[in-house]
Amino acid sequence: MSALRVLAAMSGGVDSAVAAARAADAGHEVTAVHLALAPRPASRRTGARGCCTLEDARDARRAADVIGIPFYVWDLAERFDAEVVQDFVAEYARGNTPNPCLRCNERIKFAAVLDRALALGFDAVCTGHHARLEPGGPGRVRLARSADRAKDQSYVLAVLTGRQLSHAIFPLGGSTKAQVRAEAARRGLAVAAKPDSHDVCFIPDGDTRGFLRARLGAAPGPVVDPGGRVIGSHEGSYGFTIGQRRGLGLAAPAADGRPRYVLDIEPATRTVQVGPAEALEVRQISAVRPVWSGCDPPTGPLEADVQLRAHGETYPATCWPADGGAALRIGLRRPARGVARGQAVVIYDGDLVLGSAVITATAR
Amino acid sequence: MTNLHAALGGTGAIARFARAPGPDGRRGGATDVYLDHAATTPMLPEALDAMIEELARTGNPSSLHNAGRRARRVVEESRELIAEVFGARPSEVIFTSGGTEADNLAVKGLYWARQGRRGGPRRPRVLATATEHHAVLDSARWLGDHEGAQVEWLGVDHEGRLDAGVLRAAIERDPSAVALVSVMWANNEVGTIQPVGELAQVAGEHEIPFHSDAVQAAGQVPVGLAASGATALTISAHKLGGPVGVGALLIARGEDPVPVLHGGGQERDVRSGTLDAAAIRGFAVAAELAEQRRAEQAVRLARLRDRLIDRVRKAVPGAILNGPDPSAPAAAGQRLPGNAHFSFPGCEGDALLMLLDARGIACSTGSACTAGIAQPSHVLIAMGADAARARGSLRFTLGHSSTQADVDALAAVIGEVVERARRAGR
Repeated sequence: MSALRVLAAMSGGVDSAVAAARAADAGHEVTAVHLALAPRPASRRTGARGCCTLEDARDARRAADVIGIPFYVWDLAERFDAEVVQDFVAEYARGNTPNPCLRCNERIKFAAVLDRALALGFDAVCTGHHARLEPGGPGRVRLARSADRAKDQSYVLAVLTGRQLSHAIFPLGGSTKAQVRAEAARRGLAVAAKPDSHDVCFIPDGDTRGFLRARLGAAPGPVVDPGGRVIGSHEGSYGFTIGQRRGLGLAAPAADGRPRYVLDIEPATRTVQVGPAEALEVRQISAVRPVWSGCDPPTGPLEADVQLRAHGETYPATCWPADGGAALRIGLRRPARGVARGQAVVIYDGDLVLGSAVITATAR
Repeated sequence: MTNLHAALGGTGAIARFARAPGPDGRRGGATDVYLDHAATTPMLPEALDAMIEELARTGNPSSLHNAGRRARRVVEESRELIAEVFGARPSEVIFTSGGTEADNLAVKGLYWARQGRRGGPRRPRVLATATEHHAVLDSARWLGDHEGAQVEWLGVDHEGRLDAGVLRAAIERDPSAVALVSVMWANNEVGTIQPVGELAQVAGEHEIPFHSDAVQAAGQVPVGLAASGATALTISAHKLGGPVGVGALLIARGEDPVPVLHGGGQERDVRSGTLDAAAIRGFAVAAELAEQRRAEQAVRLARLRDRLIDRVRKAVPGAILNGPDPSAPAAAGQRLPGNAHFSFPGCEGDALLMLLDARGIACSTGSACTAGIAQPSHVLIAMGADAARARGSLRFTLGHSSTQADVDALAAVIGEVVERARRAGR
């Protein structure tokens, strides 16, 4: 591989630090940037959540020192708020369940950051995502699952276009998380034992419902059973996700004593419908905004495996293009439970990502 | 000894530093073109030698034995030298850990001293320009938030100058309620020199203490406590060729700031803490040399700076020089000789900085204290610039080690760098 001018996005975590080190070892000219995404960053991490504290910026800076690469902070807080946080809130308000990591990859890391990097003379952006890139024919790279299936992040990267992927470097795709941590320790990187970050980085206390209530206000409404009978109330339909079982706030148990789940959310009437687990089962999925990075856009039915949420299982399915390629109809060969609107459906051929789309509707 | 080193292994500090690729993390790389002397300037070799010599010796200047007396003598001789350089009496020199501490001591200490503890009048007003360094700005704000001070920001003109009439009008709204006035001697971002003598006189007419942060001015232009009429001046060693970590508050006799640091009662009880004899010696040697070379140096730097401005303007026709334009006869003496500060419309300062850094050229988007996360400069905003112009700005500062080759190296790449940063957009 010829030497490239590489911009390494460093969060302050172990993955992005080892990724940048490997890119430098590969002979690339690597420059580190830490993306400041929070408007008023907290000074310290609390627990395993979040990734935008000043402590994380310092960890990233120290890792860059040890690797021996220049380090800068790019302030993308405004852009992140407009593209990711506002979208997150608006999606919940519409009764959907967004994936902000995916959105951040699509709009921030491989859009705002990548575009700026290319304009400044860089060839590629390097991140610590656990995913592989494979040659996919002339001028094309294809995204594939990480060698560490448990840490695989191809799902949140599947929204990237072929052009975006052609400027991406994921040096960790062939390694397990354990190998990455061991290598960080060997390299003398202080972040080797730093806990993984989980959950939504801009909700450091993990209270998504409280975060949404502060922005959307109280919007009380009824909780109904599948027959439409009101069996409870709630403070805002945005606090629910299809398939959710806990926190329904129902006083009386179901007549049959079995657990109840959120089946549907209707923001217009503020109605949350709950029912038994089997009522969650769907076989038909509609999705929009397909992105095909791993193959040409299909013109007829495509047999593939689909994944319906991050770290979820895959289902054999048939995908039909619709609306002249602007939408997808997906038929699952066995039913899936708890499929939420707003999540991505990612289409795989084995470990290879073919494409992705955004789920808009489901049916049994 | 060998065992100890082995035990430290790869985790010891010595091993860690040894592994580092270079002082700036650059691997190999070209010789740096250093255009950031306002952040810190290289130590003068004489100051470094004097400091190292003293570091190898033992003795706390407060101790009564021979070793202590010897260290004390070093401190006192240095104090006399510094007093002489800055037109003060030795007893008017209070050593501090640097400019920030001296500013805190001046602003908070003088404020508290004016609050009439024994039945005297309370004076809540603090007047300062909106373009002060954060050490003054945030000290004043802190007094406002925690001590009931009424902080009033004095407006500056589009070149960053405070008009004496503006200060007079502000004071005369209620002179007896003013605790102090603080106006920096020269601005750290755009290099604008304030008419300190005139301003100090206005404050003096009402017997109001007048503090000036002279960190950027010292060693560049004549700075004197008595001659200026100021009550207190802040000086920092590392901006004039001395070490980082030492500075002084020069404070006129008769003024008694309330201490910020309490402890062993050093420095007339105004500033406790063991005196750093080695750093103080390095400070004194640097101050004396800087003063000896000042006039000649100022001419040389102004010439280099004018060349820099000229070359940048030719390479980037849209570039805007912020602060007084040295080519305008009316602006003579209104700008530090080594300072050039530009806005490059359509660019972000941090992108420009990164591109220049990659080409081995060091400069700044503002004061080093805010470096990291780009924020529009409060100095440029106070001078009437919009946020976009403030964000797209770069400061180039020259010092004793600067050469024409440095300026020409910048001139050779600035056009292409601005072009690229413009493409990267906002």
